[in-house]
Amino acid sequence: MIEDFLLRAGLAGLGLAVAAGPLGSFVVWRRMAYFGDATAHAAILGVALALAADLPVGLGVLAVALAMAALVARLARRGQGADATLGVMAHSALALGLVAASLAPGGGLNLDAFLFGDILSVTRTDVAWIWAGSLAVLALLVWRWQRLVTATVNEELAMAAGIDPARERMILAMALAIVVAVALRIVGALLVSAMLIVPAAAARMISATPERMAVTASAIAAGAVIAGLAGSLRWDTPAGPSIVVAAAVVFGAVAAVRG
Amino acid sequence: MSAPSLSSACVQPPLIAAHDLTVTRAGLETPVLRGVSLTVAPGEIVTVVGPNGSGKSTLIRALLGHLPLDGGRLARAPGLRIGYVPQRVQMDAAIPMTVRRFLSLPQRVGDDRAAAALARTGVAGLERRQIAALSGGQFQRVLLARALLTRPQLLVLDEPTQGLDQPGTVAFYRLIESLRAETGAAVLLVSHDLLVVMRASDRVLCLNGHICCEGTPEDVSAAPAYRALFGDGQGTLALYRHHHDHRHDGEGPGAAIPRPAADCRHD
Repeated sequence: MIEDFLLRAGLAGLGLAVAAGPLGSFVVWRRMAYFGDATAHAAILGVALALAADLPVGLGVLAVALAMAALVARLARRGQGADATLGVMAHSALALGLVAASLAPGGGLNLDAFLFGDILSVTRTDVAWIWAGSLAVLALLVWRWQRLVTATVNEELAMAAGIDPARERMILAMALAIVVAVALRIVGALLVSAMLIVPAAAARMISATPERMAVTASAIAAGAVIAGLAGSLRWDTPAGPSIVVAAAVVFGAVAAVRG
Repeated sequence: MSAPSLSSACVQPPLIAAHDLTVTRAGLETPVLRGVSLTVAPGEIVTVVGPNGSGKSTLIRALLGHLPLDGGRLARAPGLRIGYVPQRVQMDAAIPMTVRRFLSLPQRVGDDRAAAALARTGVAGLERRQIAALSGGQFQRVLLARALLTRPQLLVLDEPTQGLDQPGTVAFYRLIESLRAETGAAVLLVSHDLLVVMRASDRVLCLNGHICCEGTPEDVSAAPAYRALFGDGQGTLALYRHHHDHRHDGEGPGAAIPRPAADCRHD
């Protein structure tokens, strides 16, 4: 019999995998890896602010992640040497969050759970939120899919078809913020973009179309959640990083076979 | 080549008419485009040539409505269907994309129509190939096939032969010409390729921020403004020259309309 906490952890991880596949694919296609980092790191600032203001943590994270995503999407148009800007913002947001947390009343907060995730302690409510957020993002991406893919392939072609690339970019940024808020409890801020990128990068090598890549990435992420949790249980390793390690092993295996 | 009757085309309202367009860009003192007027009638092939930095791509983007205008008027026929082949589409290998899937962006099309469009542009059977693995010439033809799927009344091609060798360029122009003959679609083509002005062009405009001169390919190549802009013109039009030297009734303005040559010199 699977223990309840493990079942909840598995469900939470699978919920994340549903959105991480397609969204992570866009992160890979658009070279937005740092974008994910910046948003995830900003989430730490959201945690600190929410705790300081005595608001629900999820709310603070979502608000700051959305603000960061919108800001970064505005600043960093693809292919404009945005790397450094994004890097500066990612690290600044993280550091600011850590400093803010240390200044919080009561001698500072322990942010470990938000940095590294604590999937084994998610509650039923957490699981419900994760699935709700993840399915909302999935629905958003499916609804906009043709427009998003066209704008990703070429902005001029998209504009000629009446698509506003800036709007699609903003939609992706919003989706990313939601996934970050949802994933924070599971893998933590430091590993969120890993969960987006690693399964998608592995799927890239064995996919011929954008759709197949998105679905394959979700499947790899789901497999990584299950394998990571099993490994974590067996070898008593931290769950969040174990999930990412499992995804990395898949990536390595695919690269070895295909490369 | 049997082009659609141009005498009848001349009485139809233009597909697109730009009058006195001015486009500026932040940080630049002189406008990228100043006082550019241009019309494209149904079934007409209009070529815009100009050196790098002459505002060719800006003109295209302004005509497509992708850029705000700082002056002038732009009118398009109601419901105008444009098939657009942009310059230098960078197909990133980061996104897996078969030719077949690409043709369904953003409007999904059936397999039959996709296959027919590919066959029409001379790249039949490439459906399952990855876009990133195509040669430059193949990719241009796939882009053209995609543009044809909307049954365009106007094909807009921005530097379509960039990166093609000379035989490839000639073959591509032949294809454009036969597509026009077949579908009656007008073509607006932009090129920096001064040596190869399409022989089928009904009109050529040379652009250097403004229109320096315009007329038939022969007229323009003989125009002082054109020579001032592009040098002596040795070998101009040599590669892909008109083989028919008769003129259709009503074709073009008849002679290049020169503007002061001094305006056209490179800075």
